[in-house]
Amino acid sequence: MMTVFMFAPIAVPLLAAIAYAAAGWRLATVWAGAVSAGLVLACAVGAAVEVVHSDSGAFSAGQGVLRADAPAAFLLLVVGAVALLATVATPAYLAAEIEAGRATDRTARWHCTAVQLFLAAMSLAVLAADLGLLWVAIEAAVLATGFLVGQGASRAAAEAAWKLVVICSAGLALALLGIVLLGYVGSDVDGVRIAVVLLVVGFGTMAGLAPLHAWLPDAHGQAPAPVAALLSGVLLSVAAYAILRVRAVSDAALGPTFGRVLLAVLAVVSLLVAASLLLAQRDYQRMLAYSSTGQLGLVALGAAIGGPLAIAAVLLQLLGHGLTKAVLFVGAGRIRQLTGTSRIDGVRGLAARHPMLAGAVAAALLALLGLPPFSLFASGLGIARAGFAAGLGWLVAIALLLALAIAIALIAHTSRMLLGEPPDSPGAATGVVRLPGSTTAALVGGLVVCAAAGIAAEPLATLLRLAADTLVGAP
Amino acid sequence: MSSLYTQLLDLACGGLLLTAALVLWRRRVAVVVRVFVLQGIALAGLGAVLAIHEISVQLWAVAAVLLVLRAGVLPYLLRRAAAGPPGPEPPPLLGGAASLLATAGLTLLAFAVSRPLVEMAPKGGVGAAGTAIPVGVAVVLVGFLVLATRRGALPQLAGLLLMDNGITAVALLSGAGLALLVQVGVALDVLLVLVILQLSATRTRETVGDTDLDELRELRDS
Repeated sequence: MMTVFMFAPIAVPLLAAIAYAAAGWRLATVWAGAVSAGLVLACAVGAAVEVVHSDSGAFSAGQGVLRADAPAAFLLLVVGAVALLATVATPAYLAAEIEAGRATDRTARWHCTAVQLFLAAMSLAVLAADLGLLWVAIEAAVLATGFLVGQGASRAAAEAAWKLVVICSAGLALALLGIVLLGYVGSDVDGVRIAVVLLVVGFGTMAGLAPLHAWLPDAHGQAPAPVAALLSGVLLSVAAYAILRVRAVSDAALGPTFGRVLLAVLAVVSLLVAASLLLAQRDYQRMLAYSSTGQLGLVALGAAIGGPLAIAAVLLQLLGHGLTKAVLFVGAGRIRQLTGTSRIDGVRGLAARHPMLAGAVAAALLALLGLPPFSLFASGLGIARAGFAAGLGWLVAIALLLALAIAIALIAHTSRMLLGEPPDSPGAATGVVRLPGSTTAALVGGLVVCAAAGIAAEPLATLLRLAADTLVGAP
Repeated sequence: MSSLYTQLLDLACGGLLLTAALVLWRRRVAVVVRVFVLQGIALAGLGAVLAIHEISVQLWAVAAVLLVLRAGVLPYLLRRAAAGPPGPEPPPLLGGAASLLATAGLTLLAFAVSRPLVEMAPKGGVGAAGTAIPVGVAVVLVGFLVLATRRGALPQLAGLLLMDNGITAVALLSGAGLALLVQVGVALDVLLVLVILQLSATRTRETVGDTDLDELRELRDS
């Protein structure tokens, strides 16, 4: 049974991609993407249950090419859950785009094909047994993403896609050099040190961490909303997972200090970049993108602190961030379709005209900022507690100050969009006021799951504990 | 025999480094493409030298694939992507003399950084290849510099190609057992990047007529 759970998350999206490429965007295939993502999620749940109830805690399949342990099962949950939200919201989004003349049946067909290929590559990355295969899978995902971002007909979209592919390929090239060197140096301390730096910087590029974060705001700003949700919730999470695995390698060979210093620097610089660029931000999709850099900075902080508590909190943070960002990007995509602009000052009084949409966006924003009952509260608290316990209180204090600045900027920008008098002229809003049912389901579903993970952590807690122990290397 | 092997190895590595410096220095795409052909030959030559020394059929195959891909297919695609009306490329951030100085500096840096790698290479025999690893690292660094200081899409692509060539050189020199899988992955990724470039380039030309100038400003903060 476990073999099925491990092959299906890769095979099902591949089949769905073939179906879309062959059959195109029509009534029969509209929901195939969501079904495929749902199956990935179901397999993830199955794999998680099997891992928790097994003695060894790890399974391998395909003659050792694939490997599923507790961290992989948890990340597969994140991938499946975020992908389900994004794909459920996709049909309504694409229908509105086609209606507005910005997309056609043909672009919708290749959009869905590329999304499914992306999903297959991400499942493969999570289940890969070694770093080499993980690398190949992430590169494949980057190329699929480059296509998805560049499909908008504008020159800005082409520029954003180009930036994404070039910067991420350069980052991944560094990571590949790290993998090659890691194979060469064996357990030589100085050699491993070089390899670890290359790997962390390389995968950090993919995770949107400074200093190589420049692709992220452009890609998120230009991507179609469901794709931005996938980028933020899935690609960044998988890259963070790769960093956690590198950290485990580094700790085993070099002890905890080296990885800690490296990741702490990346974390603080990322938070600093996010805070300074958020304060004067004018575009709400870019605003959400920089918030991702800040969130991944917190993840890097947790990874720097290390230890079972911090790592478990980091994994929970990835789930919470993925879910809330998916909700926010789906909401942002809807706002853009309603108002025709992505500028913050182009949107006013959303709450009066679209209470459901505004409510969901507001709730997701509060969740993102770590308010209870959402799971980001628990994970943020976990990272802070672990930091103080490890004697890194000053580091946590700096991070909290920067996170506070980010929160203030986010609240200020978003409240300007949601509150106030709606503009008098109907503007670009072409009478479509009711939210499509599937979009509502995605928005509310994501928030409910995020809150549930924050309140009743029990079914997840065992898996998280197991995953953290695996990544820390505890017996 | 062994000294001839070392000399050939040095020749191939010297060729790699020299061509990397030329890519950074020269700016005309036609010249850069020809330099890449030379670099591909040097890389394949490196594979061939190692294949002769280790009497390995697999390495011969790798060298052959490298010759076809890095000295043939990729430069060809690069030139095709560059065909069409050459747009006004914004001036690079580094001038000619500064770029040569930067190459020298990066090479020194590469040797300094990879000292532990050289020290652990066994003296003589197969391991002699390990002492040349810094050259590969230097090529990667030069590629990164090209990527960071050039603003056109094609020169950036050249930087990426340079990085990939450098990594391949390191992989060959360190005798990494990373199978052909990753190798093919690297080649494939560059191929696909080129396809995407062509795609976006043609798309840019198609839509350039009705491009809203505001959209170009969207890719900035504030």
